[in-house]
Amino acid sequence: MTGETCKTSRSSEDKIIEIDCLHKWFGDLHVLNGISLTVFRGERIVICGPSGSGKSTLIRCINRLEEHQKGRIMVDGIELTGNLKNIEKIREEVGMVFQHFNLFPHLTILENLALGPIWVRKVPKKEAEETAMYYLEKVHIAEQAKKHPGQLSGGQQQRVAIARSLCMKPKIMLFDEPTSALDPEMVKEVLDVMINLAEEGMTMIVVSHEMGFAKSVAHRVLFMDFGQIVEENTPQVFFDCPQHDRTKLFLSQILH
Amino acid sequence: MAKSGKNNIIQAEGLKAPVIRIGLLQWAKTNLFNGVLNSILTIVTLFLLYKVVPPFVRWAFIDSLWFSSAEQCRAGSGACWSIIPANIRFIIFGFYPHELHWRPLVAMIMLVGLLFYSKNRDHWSPSLGYIWIAGLLTMGILMRGGLFGLAPVESDKWGGLPLTLMLSFFGMFAAYPLGVLLALGRRSKMPAVKTICILYIELIRGVPLISLLFMSAVLFPLFFPEGLTVNKIIRAQAAIILFTAAYIAEVVRGGLQAITKGQYEAAESLGLNYVQKMRLIVLPQALKIVIPPTVGILISAFKDTSLVVIIALYDVLKTTKSALANPSWMGFSPEAYLFVALIYFVCCFSMSNYSRRLEKELHT
Repeated sequence: MTGETCKTSRSSEDKIIEIDCLHKWFGDLHVLNGISLTVFRGERIVICGPSGSGKSTLIRCINRLEEHQKGRIMVDGIELTGNLKNIEKIREEVGMVFQHFNLFPHLTILENLALGPIWVRKVPKKEAEETAMYYLEKVHIAEQAKKHPGQLSGGQQQRVAIARSLCMKPKIMLFDEPTSALDPEMVKEVLDVMINLAEEGMTMIVVSHEMGFAKSVAHRVLFMDFGQIVEENTPQVFFDCPQHDRTKLFLSQILH
Repeated sequence: MAKSGKNNIIQAEGLKAPVIRIGLLQWAKTNLFNGVLNSILTIVTLFLLYKVVPPFVRWAFIDSLWFSSAEQCRAGSGACWSIIPANIRFIIFGFYPHELHWRPLVAMIMLVGLLFYSKNRDHWSPSLGYIWIAGLLTMGILMRGGLFGLAPVESDKWGGLPLTLMLSFFGMFAAYPLGVLLALGRRSKMPAVKTICILYIELIRGVPLISLLFMSAVLFPLFFPEGLTVNKIIRAQAAIILFTAAYIAEVVRGGLQAITKGQYEAAESLGLNYVQKMRLIVLPQALKIVIPPTVGILISAFKDTSLVVIIALYDVLKTTKSALANPSWMGFSPEAYLFVALIYFVCCFSMSNYSRRLEKELHT
């Protein structure tokens, strides 16, 4: 796991996400203004930027929680269009972790995890529950399997949410500010799980302001502002000598 | 001095909340006589209770007659409960042939038994569904006859409590799923579905049940081709279902609105399709939230079945009224109506009791 990626040497088969000149408007607001981004298999990208810069919207477009109006998104060789079957197929392969966890409160932790595999992947119940327990152990929370989400702390809930996505055996994981709704003492336990995942070679796109995480895990760091990718670099260059004035300003504000 | 005061506080923190015992007198003083106005209200209320309760108890229980003839009743001064045992079979079964009363009786016992068995959520399974289907078929055969050597009984002879139970049971259990579908339709992104659902809900809610019942009795037959008639009970049943469903739909829509966007998105990001998302994630949560208002609607639907009297169906309220038309029992309507009220109350109270239990069980 080296940070150096040489894009030119990679074949087109290594590309798992291709975004080409993406535009999106909320009413009159131009939230994504010509985004182009290619993500390779096993690559880890951290996106940061001020609030309202479109970073969450961008990753939500990748699994079509938001619809784009112009441009093209290819995920694992399938183009995202209005075609419902394609959308469901892509969502099977793309896991998503939300800021507010979004666990299903009426189901136990185990049921939360087994639900996707059972209904979407048509895995037998017993096998799905075994997989669920495997991932719960991985996020160090197996003893809570019979509880309901409301009985868990925020950090535990977010780890369950990560495990829930992993149960679908996704090819890509999207993280939408996974630690910003957590109490400070719980941030580390969630980041540790994400670092483990990174070490296993998962393709990850993370919207986050956890700069320590970005430095140690990301292959590339993207800075977005006003719906555009302003700067894109390896973490070393990005944090040590940012090129763009807006990046410098932003970094000075969040790093104090 | 100051130091000991501080110590006291520290000690007090280690103690449990104080247990305060209040005597009856003390309780009465703090709750009934704390101030001039409350004292006056208490005295007035006590006086009214004294005026009302003892005479009622004497009328209903002490001076009352339970198994006497109408003449004996007229001689006495208390309640004449005898009107009920004397007319019970007509009140309960209406014009159903006298010697066949065991059939609706068995059907009703089956229905109540099945409902009681199904109360326990541990018993819910696919086989319970089959038991219900078999049970309902048996009940239908018992009521109608014409099979297995049972003498046929035309549905215009059906009446009384079996009719009330039937109208309400099917009214509720068909209206509920229909209402849920309408609520989903009203929130649909498909304009045609949405418009139809809104039109349906608003039209139905805009007219009283009585007018729907009239339409079902008078208007619908006009549209049917010559020779085709649909049973009057079924037409009334349909009107009740359509009416109740519109109200259920609005309550369920309220529940759907309470589910956060995050739940939809989490379900979608797992790749669940629309039906799975609604069935597994959204509806279980939404329907749970709206249990209290839903049961409110079901209870009022149960009571509204008594309106079928206006299209000349003999539900349990109408049979009671008819029993009172018998000259020898005329004048004992309070007793008879109290009895019917008791039947309605037992049914409605068990429904609201069950809803409370369900809420508690589903609370996680």
